[in-house]
Amino acid sequence: MDYEPVIGLEIHVELSTRSKMFCGCRVEFGGEPNTRTCPVCLAHPGALPVMNRQAIRYLGRIALALECSIPERSIFHRKNYFYPDLPKGYQISQYDQPFAVEGGLSVSVDGEMVTVGIERVHMEEDTAKNIHAGVSGRIAGSLYSMIDFNRSGTPLVEIVTKPHIHSPQAARSFLNRLKNTLQFLDVSDCNMEEGSLRCDANVSIRPVGDRELGVKTELKNMNSFRYIEKGLSQEIRRQVGLLESGERVVQQTVHFDVVTGEISPLRSKEEAQDYRYFPEPDLVPLVASADFVAGIREEMPELPADRARRYVSQHGLPDYDAQVLTSDRELSDFYEESVSLYGDAKTVSNWVMGELLAYLNHTGETAGECRVTPTALAELLDMVKGGDISANIGKEVFSEMCDTGESAAAIVARKGLTQISDTDELEALIRQVIEENPAQVEQYRAGKVKVIGFFVGQVMKQTGGRANPRVVNRLLKERLPE
Amino acid sequence: MNLLRLTAMEALEMMGRGELSADELTGAFLDQIDRHDGDVAAYLYVNKTGAREAAAAAGGGDRPLNGIPTAIKDVLCTEGMLTTCGSRMLEGFVPVYTATCVSRLTEAGVVNLGKTNMDEFAMGSSTENSAFGPTRNPWDLDRVPGGSSGGSAAAVAAGEAMWALGSDTGGSIRQPASFCGVVGFKPTYGSVSRYGLVAFASSFDQVGPLTRSVGDAALMLQHLVGKDPRDTTSVAHPEQIVIPEDRDLSGLRIGVISELSGEGIDPGVREVFQKAVSTMADAGAQMETASIPHAEYCIPAYYILAPAEASANLARYDGVRFGLRAGGARDVIEMYEETRSLGFGDEVKRRIMLGTYALSSGYYDAYYGQAQKVRTLVVNDFDAAFREFDLLVSPTTPTTAFGLGERVDDPLTMYMSDICTVPANLAGLPAISIPVGLDGGMPVGMQIMGPAFSANRLLQAAHGAEAAVAFNRVSPLVEERD
Repeated sequence: MDYEPVIGLEIHVELSTRSKMFCGCRVEFGGEPNTRTCPVCLAHPGALPVMNRQAIRYLGRIALALECSIPERSIFHRKNYFYPDLPKGYQISQYDQPFAVEGGLSVSVDGEMVTVGIERVHMEEDTAKNIHAGVSGRIAGSLYSMIDFNRSGTPLVEIVTKPHIHSPQAARSFLNRLKNTLQFLDVSDCNMEEGSLRCDANVSIRPVGDRELGVKTELKNMNSFRYIEKGLSQEIRRQVGLLESGERVVQQTVHFDVVTGEISPLRSKEEAQDYRYFPEPDLVPLVASADFVAGIREEMPELPADRARRYVSQHGLPDYDAQVLTSDRELSDFYEESVSLYGDAKTVSNWVMGELLAYLNHTGETAGECRVTPTALAELLDMVKGGDISANIGKEVFSEMCDTGESAAAIVARKGLTQISDTDELEALIRQVIEENPAQVEQYRAGKVKVIGFFVGQVMKQTGGRANPRVVNRLLKERLPE
Repeated sequence: MNLLRLTAMEALEMMGRGELSADELTGAFLDQIDRHDGDVAAYLYVNKTGAREAAAAAGGGDRPLNGIPTAIKDVLCTEGMLTTCGSRMLEGFVPVYTATCVSRLTEAGVVNLGKTNMDEFAMGSSTENSAFGPTRNPWDLDRVPGGSSGGSAAAVAAGEAMWALGSDTGGSIRQPASFCGVVGFKPTYGSVSRYGLVAFASSFDQVGPLTRSVGDAALMLQHLVGKDPRDTTSVAHPEQIVIPEDRDLSGLRIGVISELSGEGIDPGVREVFQKAVSTMADAGAQMETASIPHAEYCIPAYYILAPAEASANLARYDGVRFGLRAGGARDVIEMYEETRSLGFGDEVKRRIMLGTYALSSGYYDAYYGQAQKVRTLVVNDFDAAFREFDLLVSPTTPTTAFGLGERVDDPLTMYMSDICTVPANLAGLPAISIPVGLDGGMPVGMQIMGPAFSANRLLQAAHGAEAAVAFNRVSPLVEERD
């Protein structure tokens, strides 16, 4: 039987606000443990939470980018459970009246645009970090545990999709698209290694054509999109295996071991916690007035889809270029700045999508991390346009720039790469090449004009590629016998 | 002259005229503490050196409450000074910050005499639930002072403080004020910042004064109210608090709440109360019968909602970051269980269990949900009553102070001590208790309630009633110093 996977995602995004969700402590990754804490985020007796307005504005941006509707009133709830990384013994979160509901994000799946529905977007706070001392760094077998409360109370946005995703690949595309959108919104650094973007996935399978949902399992805390894709594939295989052998899928949380590639159960629904949600009495309702939402709309940064449209309509780029360039915030910024400095959009696009992207893919750096700045690229392109160097030499120079961080001019000067356009110097070379290759000259005379390419190549070889190909072509046509 | 009989307003006038020094005043109260607190046990911590230093520093100052010896309920955080909430859990706990209300009084010049005893985490009506032993009633040392602010009420009644700060969740200021023959005022919810008030039930808790006179209550309140950026449920008081001067009650329409002044009220208490009602009528007030139809549901609703909030508020006492930690536990769950078993007393455990149960999956709607509906009905009842009446009155408590140990094994009877006071907490309304007479040698209090933020009207009427009734009695411990 053929099965269709049904996948829903829950994504947690740490916001990059200056201060924490409910106190004035700074939000930053790392640092000396427990140095960014106060009575509020340590849950000292008598301390009270105060909402961070900036976090709500960021939340608003996310909700609007995901085309959600924002009810005028949402409230906070307490989610109760005991764990050492949760100082109050409850997490302030949102429950049945979240900040935003009913949105969607379009993603390309197998070349087709599909809209994945967004169930809700809500605000909550992050926990502290437990550090288990001992051999493995995991809780099992550790000698003791330490807690770093620096992360405690960091603003956290939870995005929940509808079960609209039907393959692990589509899940990955959705997450890439979402991450890209969040980066364009300037609300999070989306660094998965540092945990500022985390994802849980719910997955079930059903016979193709069925409407009813199967029993789902949950893959928790996956820290890369690649592992999510792999983990989901593995879990789907496991579920298919169970059903084919006449067994049932049990509703539970499962763990995907990225080393062995195996799935193992964590806890089943029967052991699930009762969080005893109730309205948070320490916070007044969150009112998102029409004015407030309009204000957010006004301060919304340009989204990738809008940028792509602009690249096509204003920069005259092909749609393909526009999509590639806007698939990454830093790449897009790099392109834009280069265009503003150099002018010709298509040339910049060719270089960014060709040379730069190849280099980034090779090294794993981001466009922002690359040693070549948009200014340096624009200088290089100016040299090519001005005929100082050929386009081919330019590519060589670009690669050198990436490696050394030097300017194009410095590299060209150091390596003597300036293009030779001087007719006298080239004339001598051409005469020599014609003399040395009588057989090819004979072919040319016989009407095989294409052989001119051979002569150009010879001149280039002699000049180390520095000869101006246009001048060489012209001179060759003059000198070669009719 | 018996300085212990002075009101704060009288003392300030005398100090202003140079007839009394702050040293002298604080000295008199510290002497009284020395003499009687061994029996009364109003204090958990006497700030002897600090108080003397503060009084010395206050000499000649012109701050509005300069040199007034003040007791502080041990539920309020005081930086560098023990704050235990009457619990083993916080034995030896020293906060790193000071509650906003305490800071405001300190900035106005008061002298902090120390921290007063209370029912553990403010849960109780007799101060017998303190882990550090009960406080005794200064009118009769074999009786309870009421609770949970029993230490504060007893300190004021015993001449061990000129006035005191208390907190009121279901009657915890008014009930002990009534038992001890002093004035106790619970402000409108939101009037006084809760920052630094160790939370019992966040949507009910309010800080307020226990004083010798209505004028003093108004004076202290002037310095307590106001929006605090650290408590988002606090608001700017719409009117400036005025010290009441006019004693005229004429023109006031005052409703006597039939449900809270008939059946269930001790005949002796009823008699004193009725006499006070007649006296107020003689003084010009229009006294009529009023109704709060849902009054009988207040106690049940309160004992769902307050414990529900408490069950979450007290989750932070887990032995991880501060306070008691049970030794020898093998893992974190065991550490939680043992710490909380050792650290909390019976009543606190009872309420945590009640609250946890009421919020549990499958019971939430039947308990928490229903109780919230009752709360709304009670709010509506008061709204309707205040369309007819300016103010409402009832006895503060159904009986006078009962004997020590009399009700400790009967929680339900104990809970009924709050039958008259709880409605104002459910509706968030301001309410004052003033002494209006004695029954069997023990004080009887009258409660006056007003619409939200009607503190001025309420204090004005209470001032008039105080003058008309002319109670003018002090406990034997103060009388003996005449």
